[in-house]
Amino acid sequence: MAAQQDDFHRFSGTAGYIASAPLVDAVNCAVALERPLLIKGEPGTGKTLLARHVSDGLGMPMLSWHIKSTSKAADGLYVYDTVQRLNDSRFGGGDVSDIRRYIRLGPLGQAFAAPKRQVLLIDEVDKADLEFPNDLLRELDEMRFTVIETGDEVAAKERPVVIITSNNEKELPDAFLRRCIFHYIEFPDAALMKKIVAVHHPNLDATLLDQVLIKFYWLREQSELRKKPSTSELIDWISALLRAGITPDQLEAHIPFVGALLKKEQDAEALTRFDEKSGRYPTSWKELGPRYNQ
Amino acid sequence: MFLDLFYGLRDEGIPVALQEWMTLLDALRRGMHGSSLLRFYHLARACLVKSETFYDAYDRVFARVFRGVEGRFDDVADEILQWLADPKNFPNLSPEELAALERLSSDELMRRFLETLAEQTERHDGGGKWVGTGGKSPYGHGGQHPTGIRVGGPGRSRSAMKVAEDRKFRDYRTDVALDVRQMRVALKRLRQLTRTGLATELDLDETIDETCKNAGEIEMVFRAPKKNDVRLVLLMDVGGTMDPYYEPMSQLLTALHDERGLREFRPFYFHNCVYDHVYSRARLTRADAVPTGDILRSLDERWKLLIVGDAAMHPSELLEGHGGINPHNTSPTPGMTWLQRLAGHFERAVWINPDEQKLWDHTYTTRLVRRLFPMFHLSVDGLASAVQALVGARV
Repeated sequence: MAAQQDDFHRFSGTAGYIASAPLVDAVNCAVALERPLLIKGEPGTGKTLLARHVSDGLGMPMLSWHIKSTSKAADGLYVYDTVQRLNDSRFGGGDVSDIRRYIRLGPLGQAFAAPKRQVLLIDEVDKADLEFPNDLLRELDEMRFTVIETGDEVAAKERPVVIITSNNEKELPDAFLRRCIFHYIEFPDAALMKKIVAVHHPNLDATLLDQVLIKFYWLREQSELRKKPSTSELIDWISALLRAGITPDQLEAHIPFVGALLKKEQDAEALTRFDEKSGRYPTSWKELGPRYNQ
Repeated sequence: MFLDLFYGLRDEGIPVALQEWMTLLDALRRGMHGSSLLRFYHLARACLVKSETFYDAYDRVFARVFRGVEGRFDDVADEILQWLADPKNFPNLSPEELAALERLSSDELMRRFLETLAEQTERHDGGGKWVGTGGKSPYGHGGQHPTGIRVGGPGRSRSAMKVAEDRKFRDYRTDVALDVRQMRVALKRLRQLTRTGLATELDLDETIDETCKNAGEIEMVFRAPKKNDVRLVLLMDVGGTMDPYYEPMSQLLTALHDERGLREFRPFYFHNCVYDHVYSRARLTRADAVPTGDILRSLDERWKLLIVGDAAMHPSELLEGHGGINPHNTSPTPGMTWLQRLAGHFERAVWINPDEQKLWDHTYTTRLVRRLFPMFHLSVDGLASAVQALVGARV
């Protein structure tokens, strides 16, 4: 039992990725139960990064499969390169009679065929056609499939850790959801955000960080915004501030490099108007309301 | 108690099936909840709930089912024993499913469960209790959201009950809040793909087929690319009673203008009700006036009509000639007649109402308009249903 207990606590975040406790639990649950882990969350909360760090943390190689609107489920298993074979037969290149030469395994196929347990990232599954997840049900359940052209069976020796991310652009089918472990990455609160920023900018001055985060969360609270700034934009913004050598005092009355945070024209204009009307930015957590009282 | 959770979730409309329940049991069997209710809370959520839009409902059910449980785990253990001993509590189970349940309720499972639960009580009795005693309980507030009554000082490790009762996933409920992105996602479905225009896209499968038939001589086959065929005309109520909805309205407009997939999109504006003119700009000046009849003539019935407004007005504005609220610009034809013409002309037309649904029946004019147009609330769910009504299969 002790050994089994250890199994569940294998992933605990890495030096470069701060994961919340529920996320760690969800990852370990998916690893132990050998179920796909479905991750959703606001853009810029590190859904895709998670897979790389799970792969680092567990010491398993990683394969990624980036889904596009034209992706088909069958492409993930294998592709039969008929055009190459036709070309070879016409212009004489290689042994045309051996169909296996023209079967190329897709990411899912490679993960099954690999001798070691793999981490497989299926990125942005919602980009694909509505039927896409349904077409993968059996393969994800049984972790095996047959290459129709040759009759070969590809079966997973070690069931890969499957991490699926979704941006919520399409509804996923129920049958697919039932097989997944689900986790929604919440937007980090200020305390977690400080840890995340520390990973990227370890030597940041504490007062500056406070001012930066107050402005950042204040911006996110503004309901008029067309697009809220996300974690990755915050990190970029801090880089810009550091390079320009901005001091905490300068931040109090003004938000510099706003282009790093706000990506919509209307949002930037709204902020300029706020500036012109000499609106006052909050300078302490108290002004942001009770949610941020620390 | 555990079954209460299961059925409680189902009652709240969360689609939890036996498969998810078994997954959770499997995880529990492996002891993955550790020894804390908080981790059980996260574990059960990861296994049972498959969309953040249900997180709030999950929080409510969890808080209800496990209210006051922390600190008195003996009862839970009893309940679990009881439940494990009697899997027949599940109605409508097939024999295989029953067998599967019984297999899970082995002695090992019970033993491990009791072990962890015992550990929990000990830890509670020894260390700082999570839940305050003697009238300090944070759970006595009649099920309301208990902001600000976090007793017992700054607990570094938050308890499951506090997490559940915080209900911070409220905003993710699809029947309430909306932002531009959510609207765009809902509007994404506003499409009917058809192949029209020039054959410019290489049809690979067909090319291979034809080439094989042609004995290996390569024969290219082209086809027209898929395009969205949806044309949308928007009529939007502005001013007056719509002013409080300025923000969601402008977000909806942004989302519609962003939606480049539409084949054509024409927005028009009106005030309170449609009469013989609508306006191409929200200022509603005479220079921007477009005869409503022109719209009916120039746009054929395959255009989709989307009307946004609260449909709440004085009955005379809807039903009487010269009923328009603007005295300089009245029409002899009642607004109702114009609405009937619109509803009759377009094959698919919907009305989106920003007012809450429960208010609709209180207004006479809203009830009348609802008879003409299928009406939906301006929320993620409502918008999705409206889009479905515009392009989905006919019911």
